Amino acid sequence: MNTPVTRRSAALGIAVAATSLAAPSILRAQSMGQIVVIGGGFGGAACARALKRADAKLPVTLIEPNKTYISCPFSNEVIAGLREIEAQQFGYDKLAADGISIVAQAVTSIDTQKRRVTTDGGTAFGYDRLVLSPGIDFHPEALPGYDAAASETMPHAWKAGAQTLLLRRQLEAMADGGTVVVAIPANPSRCPPAPYERASLIAHYLKTKKPRSKVLILDAKDSFSQQRLFEKAWKELYGDMIERIALSQGGRVTSVDPATRTILTEFGNYTPDVANVIPPQRAGRIAGIAGTADTTGWCPIDPVTFESKLVPNIHVIGDACLGGGIPKSASAASAQGKACAGAIVALLAGRTPEAPRLTGICYDTVAPGYGFSLIGNYQPKGDIFAEVEGVATSPVDAPRELRAREAAEAERWFQTITANTFG
Amino acid sequence: MAALINVPSKAKRGDIVEIRTLTSHIMETGFRHTADGNLVPRNIITSFTCRYNGAEIFRADLFPAIAANPYLSFFAVVKESGKFEFEWIGDNGYSSAASASITVE
Repeated sequence: MNTPVTRRSAALGIAVAATSLAAPSILRAQSMGQIVVIGGGFGGAACARALKRADAKLPVTLIEPNKTYISCPFSNEVIAGLREIEAQQFGYDKLAADGISIVAQAVTSIDTQKRRVTTDGGTAFGYDRLVLSPGIDFHPEALPGYDAAASETMPHAWKAGAQTLLLRRQLEAMADGGTVVVAIPANPSRCPPAPYERASLIAHYLKTKKPRSKVLILDAKDSFSQQRLFEKAWKELYGDMIERIALSQGGRVTSVDPATRTILTEFGNYTPDVANVIPPQRAGRIAGIAGTADTTGWCPIDPVTFESKLVPNIHVIGDACLGGGIPKSASAASAQGKACAGAIVALLAGRTPEAPRLTGICYDTVAPGYGFSLIGNYQPKGDIFAEVEGVATSPVDAPRELRAREAAEAERWFQTITANTFG
Repeated sequence: MAALINVPSKAKRGDIVEIRTLTSHIMETGFRHTADGNLVPRNIITSFTCRYNGAEIFRADLFPAIAANPYLSFFAVVKESGKFEFEWIGDNGYSSAASASITVE
């Protein structure tokens, strides 16, 4: 773009120059390679740790504005009152003890030419390799009426924290006999089976505390992950308490009106007592700043190195990348973070990275002591990850002892992944 | 499941209204084979018609490339109160109908 220099843009130019003079603290790369990781979730934290573990002398900086990470996995249990939010919170002290430099600031710009990241603290960080693990953001145009203000009355609770607690308070305040809508977007979205786990656990709360109430799922999909297991469990545990309107029955939500708490689909309007609207998603804000997202809203990558197809020297992991068959989950993000670290270490040493084989594990808890799981293996195929042999899912017909054992395994999985990532 | 219809219940004279329809149908293409090599016979909706107070205002021919559960949306100018009638016709004598009324003020 050729913009004529006006007095206004000249003045802005001076302001920018003044800012960069005021912030000369550019931490330049050593000969061995400076790595900056943006985003301290399951992907970014696992990647930073794996880099440091591979080479303790490698300078690794993790930029994450939140001092406490709040885990999405198991946050559905917080919503249902089965768990407190404190059990979801993790700090970065152990990562700092590993020698990772933790910067609790938000990234404001990325200069992909000069390979430099600037934060709201005014600091600039040079990088040889930049890893983005920005998670998801909501697509503002994809669901008319749903903005930040709307999420205060119709919580998404799709990023754990205040939203999780808001949805829980709304459920607690609802009178018996009320209706809770869970509105579910089409894929790709963060953790595809999680909305159905949420509907299950909300039903558990209602059955226990407000048994005349119901859960209505408005779904932009016809079929979903682990569908037969969920539907069997719903029938077994909750009878007709959970009703689902699928895409081909007119379930896709097209807009919302937060003022009247109305949810509109192509064929009807709903005004539930509690509206949990999970909006369509795209790669997190940082992907937009870096220019790594394409028109899909997600980041295309080379699945062997996780390097962006659009911007060199930037790697994208976790929910934000276009992973193909690999679901957007904590477990997948963690596996990607470790594989990406391996690829970066190889690239810095001038070696060709090996194609990773990733394993993703997903546990769903539909009631206390009732869980099931899905394990998938994924390998690079062309531009994406494809599912390879070794998929294992819980049997649809199984005794309750197996469901109880899998619920206990889910809890152990959470303890393990959070200890590996943050402990 | 019966067809889903979305027609505004009220409109002003001369308004352009959106009409949405969705009907459940497998839309089997007739190009697929079973595991033992037999052709799965074609089973699709071939025609959709909308009449407004008896006069045809919209018609669509459907083909094997159209996905299951066809969703059709179109617009009409409403000049008087009345009834929209919808009809789907398909292979193997398939026929389905629905209607919706609108009050024009």
